Order: sequence, then structure tokens, then C-alpha cells
Amino acid sequence: MKQYLIVGGGIAGIHCIEGIRSVDPNGQITMVCAEADSNYGRPLISYYLEGTTDAVKMSYRGEDFYERNGVIALHGISVTKLDPESKTAVLSDGQLLSYDAACVATGSSPFVPPMAGLDTVEHSFSFMTLADARALEQAVSPESRVLIIGGGLIGLKCAEGLYAHTHNITVVDLAPHVLSSILQPESAEVVEEHLREKGIELLLGDSAKEFQGNRAVMNSGATIEFDLLVVAIGVRPNTGLVKEAGGEVGRGIVTDSRMQTSLPDIYAAGDCTESRNIVTEARGVLAILPNASMQGHVAGINMAGGEAVYDGGIPMNSMGILGLHLMTAGSYYGEEDGGRAYLYKTEGGFKKLFTKDGFLTGFILMGDLSRTGIYTAMIRERRPLDSIDFETVFRNPSLIPFGRAFRRQNLGGEV
Amino acid sequence: MKRVYVNEQWCLGCHLCEYNCAFANSGEADMAFALRGKTLYPKIHIEEDGKVCYAVSCRHCTDPLCVKSCISGALSIDDGTVCIDRDKCVGCLTCVLVCPYGAVAPGPDGAASKCELCLKNSCGAPACVEGCPNGAIVYEEREAVTV
Repeated sequence: MKQYLIVGGGIAGIHCIEGIRSVDPNGQITMVCAEADSNYGRPLISYYLEGTTDAVKMSYRGEDFYERNGVIALHGISVTKLDPESKTAVLSDGQLLSYDAACVATGSSPFVPPMAGLDTVEHSFSFMTLADARALEQAVSPESRVLIIGGGLIGLKCAEGLYAHTHNITVVDLAPHVLSSILQPESAEVVEEHLREKGIELLLGDSAKEFQGNRAVMNSGATIEFDLLVVAIGVRPNTGLVKEAGGEVGRGIVTDSRMQTSLPDIYAAGDCTESRNIVTEARGVLAILPNASMQGHVAGINMAGGEAVYDGGIPMNSMGILGLHLMTAGSYYGEEDGGRAYLYKTEGGFKKLFTKDGFLTGFILMGDLSRTGIYTAMIRERRPLDSIDFETVFRNPSLIPFGRAFRRQNLGGEV
Repeated sequence: MKRVYVNEQWCLGCHLCEYNCAFANSGEADMAFALRGKTLYPKIHIEEDGKVCYAVSCRHCTDPLCVKSCISGALSIDDGTVCIDRDKCVGCLTCVLVCPYGAVAPGPDGAASKCELCLKNSCGAPACVEGCPNGAIVYEEREAVTV
């Protein structure tokens, strides 16, 4: 009987288990998870804080998932060392585990740069785990003044979750606009206006120089008094296990298309890995949940002796923020990069689509979001634009311009 | 597995499937009461451009992107049918972002809404098929089409 080891109980780990079980119903699976909680979608923590979901509903595959799949699940324990030669893992509680195939699905950790006086702050939080959300839920009261460092996806979703408890929230970002990794200045301004209307203070193009207890002194000279501090500047992939075992690591753990690392019988999946960006061909960390699912599943199938391939992804996000919903995907090319943008007004918003070299490469949408997946598929599948009336699709997403043969294949049989 | 397919050449573009779908999933006994004056959230929709028209609903893909992309685990596969637990859904709409067929849509309460083949409502079989006046929508087993 084959022995499988999965390091990490996040979405990549869960899908890895499902991938293994789709091939091997009998092998022994041990899942080791450093967190006390596993089997939940990490992006749900803001919804938990907001009260839109709860710990029971958050269970990604149900409470009985491990039992149903015959998995030994160890929580609150980490793997401290992998030895690819003896095929053993050392656990933080001293146990030694043997494996035939292992998957590293360790995710990422909050990145907290050195900031003067951070240790003087009494209530400082990260926003990465369910435990973080619980701690914030415990600490926050309607009177709390919250300072969030970081106006990216994590910082803003944290602000949304906290908004259900207190409206006294300030978000600071070094960039001149919020969501600078996924929006352009004009679309970011729409989000900023929306947040300010809700009463959230934004301090952009600024950063904290020093913390003095409950006060932050900004580089601009401004001072902010707060009760709770959330540092949401960014995340770093947890690559240490593979690196220390001698495996290849770039910005994330390097794998082949079967999700195997450069080490024998050690696979990796999820936010700790690098993957190929289908549009840019660059390798980088695509830390989004769909990527983790697909990679985990592929790793699991291959670990169990099946054949599956993950050949890359694109950055994409669907994000609601206090009633304003936006969707983004791919890469945005301007004329200076040889690209072209198409801007359309839609009901309650706009959509901006980006093309380059005869392909749709990315989009930013707010307002009418229906059937956006048609655009995402055009990007992901690199469907050439020259063979279709693409402006018709850009105006109104449908399968009509792709032609009868395309529809017969996609709508006329099993897919 | 049986799925809903549309024979494009027979579709009249009458939109009755959309009404039958909305009614079947309304939980009401009277069609007029269920639909009149209400914003409808059908799980099947007509695409048309004056020359071509056909209905599109969930393909119940064998390896669905929506299930892999769902952040809450609300989307799952139950015996081949792609199902949504709307109580678990937090309305992030990542499924809308990834469905290549545009077959998942935001529903009335913010949660995503999609075809479940009427297996969970009182119809027990797709109402769009039953009500299609020209027999364009069928519920049958088909193989993959290779072009």
C-alpha cells in the first residue's frame, strides 16, 4: 500500500487528496497542517469576519472529509524537514514519517517588513488564516479605530469584514491607488470613491514611518491614532521545505507540468509554487484559489500513478467590496506595449478589454458582470481574434461569433 | 449521463425556456403569480443575433472550472450534476468569472445561480425541455463531439 504525505491543509492539499483518491482508493494518506484549522477556503475569512458565513458553512468539503477519504489529519503540527533520499519527513512533534510520494502545499505567509516601533503596538494582526479572523473578531468593537496597512486585495477584504463591526477604518497604501496590482488608476478611483462614500479613510502614496504604541507616524507627517492594527502588505510563498531539501526554488517552488518538484517523489501545489502565465509566458506565483485547486488535483493524480498535466494559468479575481463588484483577469497592455484597449459603458459600470498580437489578454469589469467567463476562456485558451467578429463579443459576451462548429463542439455534446 | 442540449436549428428564440425555468425554481404553484412583475433569474438563457438563436444552460462539465474555482466549496459534483449549495455560497462570483459558457449567473440574493437539471425542485426533470414548444431542447445522453 502506497503512503502519501501532504504538507498543508489548504485548498491545494484538499484537492491533492481528491486527486489521489480518484486513482488510488486504498493508499494511506497523511495530511500534516500547521494551522489548527484546515479544509476551508482562505478567501472566506473576510466573509467570516463580516458574518456572511460561519465556521460550519466554511467547511470546504464537509466535516467528514478526512474520514470519508481515509485520511490521517494532523493539525497544529508542521513538517520541519523533508529528506528525499530516505523519503522521510520530520514533524515538529518529533515524529518521523515515511512516504512514497509527498506534496508540499504550504501556501504563503504574511510579509511584514521591519517597521520601527511595530513591537510597541499592543493589538497587531495579520489577515491570512481563520485564526487571524477569529482574533480580529474577538478584538474589534463598534468603537474600535482600525488602521490597515495595505490597500490590496487582502487589506480591502479585511476592511470589508471589519466594516460589519466598526466604520472607523483607515487604509494606508504606499501606492497612489488601491488594488494597484489588479486595477488601473481610473478603475481604482471608482473603488476609492466608493470606499470613501462608505466612510473608510484612505491614505494613499503614504506609509508608516514609525509606530508609538497606538499611534502611527506616517512618512507624510500625518499621525493616526488606532486601537487595532492590521498589516496586509503582501505574502511570501513558503518554499523553505523544498529549498532546504535541495529542490529548485525561484520566486516559488519550481515544478514541471506534472507538479513534481526537482526532487524525486516530491510534488508541490498552490500558493507556494511558481506557474506559467499563459498570456505573458513568464513564470511567477499565481496565488489564486482556482490555481491551487487545479495544481493540487494534478499533483494528486500523478502522485498516485495517474497522468495529469497543469500547463499554466492567468491572474484573475472576482471581488466584491461593500457592494461594489469587480472582475479582472490577465494582462493589460497599452499602446506603448503594442496592445490596444477597448472601453465600453455597461449597465452600472464599464468594461475594458485589452488585446495584443491578435489575442484578448485581459480585462477589467465593473457593473454588469454577466457571462464574463466567456472572456476569461478567450484569454486562457488563447483564441485568435482574427477569425471572429470580436467586437461583437466585446460588446456582448456570447458564443454566437465563434460559429456553428464551435458551438456544436462546446454545446452539442459532453464537455 | 443525461444533460440538456439544444438543437440550434429548431430553436425559435421564444424565451419560453427562461420563463419555465424561473417558474420551476420559484417554488410557487401558479406561474403568473410566480413571474408577474418580478425580476427573473432563469438558469437558462437565449443567445441571439437576428440570424441565430439558441438556449444555453450549464453543461455539467466532466471537469468543471466553476467547481475548481469555488472559494467556499458551495459548488460540487453530485453524481455528475454540478450542484450549488446556495447557503454556503458567499456570492464572490468567481464561478461567473470562469464559466466558459456564461452559464452561471448572479442570483436574486447575491449567491450564484445555475441549472441543476430540475433534479432538486418539484419537476424532477428539466422544465425547459418539457416546455419547449418546438422540441429544440432535449434531455439525453451524448458523447463528446470531436471536430
